[in-house]
Amino acid sequence: MSLHQPPAGLRSDPAEPHPAEPDTAGPRTGTPDPAVPAETVRSTGRRRGRPPRWLIKTASPVALVLLWQLASATGALPEETLAAPGTIVTTAAGLAETGELQDAVLTSLSRVLAGLGIGIGAAVVLATVSGLFRLGEDLIDAPVQMLRTVPTIGLIPLLIIWFGIGEEPKIALIALTVTFPLYMNIYGGIRNVDSALIEAGRTLGLGRFGTVRHIVLPGAMPSALVGLRYALGSAWLALVFGETINASSGIGYLMNNAREFFQTDVIVVCLVLYAFLGLLADLIVRVLERVLLAWRPAFSGT
Amino acid sequence: MASGLQRNLTPAPAAPADGTVVRVRGLTRAFDGRAVIDGLSLDVASGEFVALLGASGCGKSTLLRVLADLDHDITGEVTVARRRAVGFQAPRLIPWKRVWRNVVLGLPGRPDRNRAVRALEEVGLGHRVDVWPKVLSGGEAQRAALARALVRDPDLLLLDEPFSALDALTRIKAQDLVAELWQRHGCAVVLVTHDVEEAVLLADRVLVMRDGVIAQDQPIGLPRPRRRSAPEFVALRADLLAMLGVDRH
Repeated sequence: MSLHQPPAGLRSDPAEPHPAEPDTAGPRTGTPDPAVPAETVRSTGRRRGRPPRWLIKTASPVALVLLWQLASATGALPEETLAAPGTIVTTAAGLAETGELQDAVLTSLSRVLAGLGIGIGAAVVLATVSGLFRLGEDLIDAPVQMLRTVPTIGLIPLLIIWFGIGEEPKIALIALTVTFPLYMNIYGGIRNVDSALIEAGRTLGLGRFGTVRHIVLPGAMPSALVGLRYALGSAWLALVFGETINASSGIGYLMNNAREFFQTDVIVVCLVLYAFLGLLADLIVRVLERVLLAWRPAFSGT
Repeated sequence: MASGLQRNLTPAPAAPADGTVVRVRGLTRAFDGRAVIDGLSLDVASGEFVALLGASGCGKSTLLRVLADLDHDITGEVTVARRRAVGFQAPRLIPWKRVWRNVVLGLPGRPDRNRAVRALEEVGLGHRVDVWPKVLSGGEAQRAALARALVRDPDLLLLDEPFSALDALTRIKAQDLVAELWQRHGCAVVLVTHDVEEAVLLADRVLVMRDGVIAQDQPIGLPRPRRRSAPEFVALRADLLAMLGVDRH
């Protein structure tokens, strides 16, 4: 097959000059060659006659809640099984009015914050020492890897024996749950920093401290934030466990009390609170990522 | 990084008194018992532009790493100017530092933005001072790396195939820029390359590396600026290609 032969659609009959052939030597304009199969390229903009996407996306959750309300109203869903959405909203408003809701949230929040503070501090120190120093790795990494495999929730009996039933075991549980995923990610982040950049830093005259400060720690940041996100998620989980077992205040206490009296509305309010707080934590990490990782090529936020 | 090995590499005072910026005697570097550099000797005078040519894997990049004080697993005597800067094949800009902070990274004292701006303007990047490295094109990133090297006012600039990842048009511009900057700064340059034309275009002296030593030392006496189409240029290029074992018809 000749390589110089034009594709079938572009070939014009030499015997009969094509009507679309311009007489002048200028660029071709006007109607496309009818011999060439063509199609019009359409804009991918919003298609007409269809509701906007956000409306479609909100429609299904709204429909679910309506369905739930309907099932409750007709008696298909008894109050003891699950309270109606309307009742839940009223209950939440009532709890907020008496201040019970705020108290519970504040107590739970302070537990999480205390646990997070201890856990983050421990993880940062341990991971930095074992990430930066061979000796630190030998001394710290092996025990941490061993402890990591113990499900922290399983430690609750021990924590109660050690710390009693006050705030301490709850905070300790959260701290332990936070420490391990964060440690893993910071340590991994430090060890995965591009050695080419460390070398470049050395040729620029950075000493050991400068290298750690300007290259190693910022380089570990993306991984550390992944760890933080995961740690926050598990912190709420640990809180729920800690509060459900023994508490005289907080969201978990509210929930346990409600269980005693089959108050499904209060239980759902508490669940929504947990979900909301978890969402808030996730949002905070997202904002942190947006600010701290704006340099990342993979990041397309700002 | 044991300090015992550091002894091999003795940094000379800021500007060596005898007018050389590199002095290598009997350098050997082996990988798994195979000597990639085998008893190599080399002198580079201050202000001299030396191109290091050689086939892939001949040890030219290894030599540059030794000169850059990045490889201490060596035997022999190596003396290099203390004030030196390195340009790598990849720009190796720190992604989480703005371009200007990259330029002054590692300099003593507080980061001096004005100094960075001046260095960036010199390489034509005055409009890219505050951006993240991710938004730079390949050529811009390499120029930023060049600014980062030159802001240190080096006596010796070590370049490891800095243009090899650039497209043909950008490469020509970058080569011209390096020639211009070299003449302005007056620092010695050791350029590792596999591009014969680039070597002839830029260097005072082309060294061909083979079997772990400098096999040929070819002075390039052509007047500057050099034209790639000049007959002397073409002849020199053919000679060097022949030395590298590539016969041009």
